[in-house]
Amino acid sequence: MAFIDYYQVLGIAKTASDKDVKSAYRKLARKYHPDLNPNDAEANKKFQQLNEANEVLSDPEKRKKYDKYGENWQHGEEHEKYEQQQRSRPQGASTGGQGSNFEGFGAEGFGSDDFSDFFQSMFGQGARSGGGGRQAKFRGQDLNAELRLELKDVAEDRKQTLTVNGKNIRITIPAGIENGQTIKIAGHGSPGANGGPAGDLYITFSVGDDPRFKRNGSDLYTNTKLDLYTAVLGGEVTIDTLNGKVKIKVKPETQNGTKVKLKGKGMPVYKKENEFGDLYVTYDIQIPVNLTDKQKKLFGEIARGGEG
Amino acid sequence: MTNDTMTNDQKMENLIAITTICTWHEVENTFINSLSEAGLLELRVVDQTPYIPESDLRKLERMIRMHNELEINIAGIEAITHLLERVEYMQEELRVLRNRVNV
Repeated sequence: MAFIDYYQVLGIAKTASDKDVKSAYRKLARKYHPDLNPNDAEANKKFQQLNEANEVLSDPEKRKKYDKYGENWQHGEEHEKYEQQQRSRPQGASTGGQGSNFEGFGAEGFGSDDFSDFFQSMFGQGARSGGGGRQAKFRGQDLNAELRLELKDVAEDRKQTLTVNGKNIRITIPAGIENGQTIKIAGHGSPGANGGPAGDLYITFSVGDDPRFKRNGSDLYTNTKLDLYTAVLGGEVTIDTLNGKVKIKVKPETQNGTKVKLKGKGMPVYKKENEFGDLYVTYDIQIPVNLTDKQKKLFGEIARGGEG
Repeated sequence: MTNDTMTNDQKMENLIAITTICTWHEVENTFINSLSEAGLLELRVVDQTPYIPESDLRKLERMIRMHNELEINIAGIEAITHLLERVEYMQEELRVLRNRVNV
């Protein structure tokens, strides 16, 4: 557990006045406030540090204690006992500062999860805003999570239970959600302080690639091999779609790289019921190999434009 | 469900009275009116009582926090709200383009 220099966090000198503390906090809070930096974990962390620094330095009692022990906070309790012993002696008793108790800041019972171990060790659990001063409401921290899914998983609405901070949350993942898309679960972030609202939970979806398809929005793209004879003479080919296989007709004299659209066979359109993208199939015509002599002869005839 | 397809009872179920919000968040009515005048909030008046739809509550609470915790005035909230909307739009565009690069 490391010492935290709250003055450095707020960028002020140790001699800063209460007004300076307030001003520095306001300035930095405007920069790092979670409402102004959605989905920015780094800013949220910084804001949390600012709150903690402000909590200590804007409260005269806490600041006094912090200034008194500073970097020697770990030995503060021992030092305190020593001072008490000194005071209880009839002679040479010191009239030094008020004996502050390391668990003395009356706990208000609200969450102190957002505060560092250093803060909690120095001021006790629940010391936040407990000094009888300002009772600012703080919104809880936003939480970010990533959920990995396969492409086929997002082909239809999916109910899933997530465990966040020990709580189970049932969510419905709308069909058609895209890779990198984030949804907000309001009020499921960290709890607020002093009656402030809870933060939000942001879930970013990482949708894996399917080797058969490439995706662009709600459209899917696939390549399919087509033998030369079907390409030349026409016929049928079986295509993999997300929902199974379909047979499609191939026109005679189909060229290599020809693209056909299978309407409505793509991904569901996000939050639009019964709307689907399209599946684009590109033909990759396969030239036969290991030809027999007879086949070579027949191709030769075709090449010469002969009728036989 | 659009508003047009809602019944009156359903409409009322999804509305929160401004007075309730002002009491809960300890903000002046004038602040809410200023947000409305700046086009940041759409008030709905039913029987001469202003309400907001529940779906706008988090947006309003965010603006209240900007005002109370950060001392940002209405003009500042307006500018920030527009910028945040733009950031959100650009992040979405970036995401779509990133996915498209993989096609």
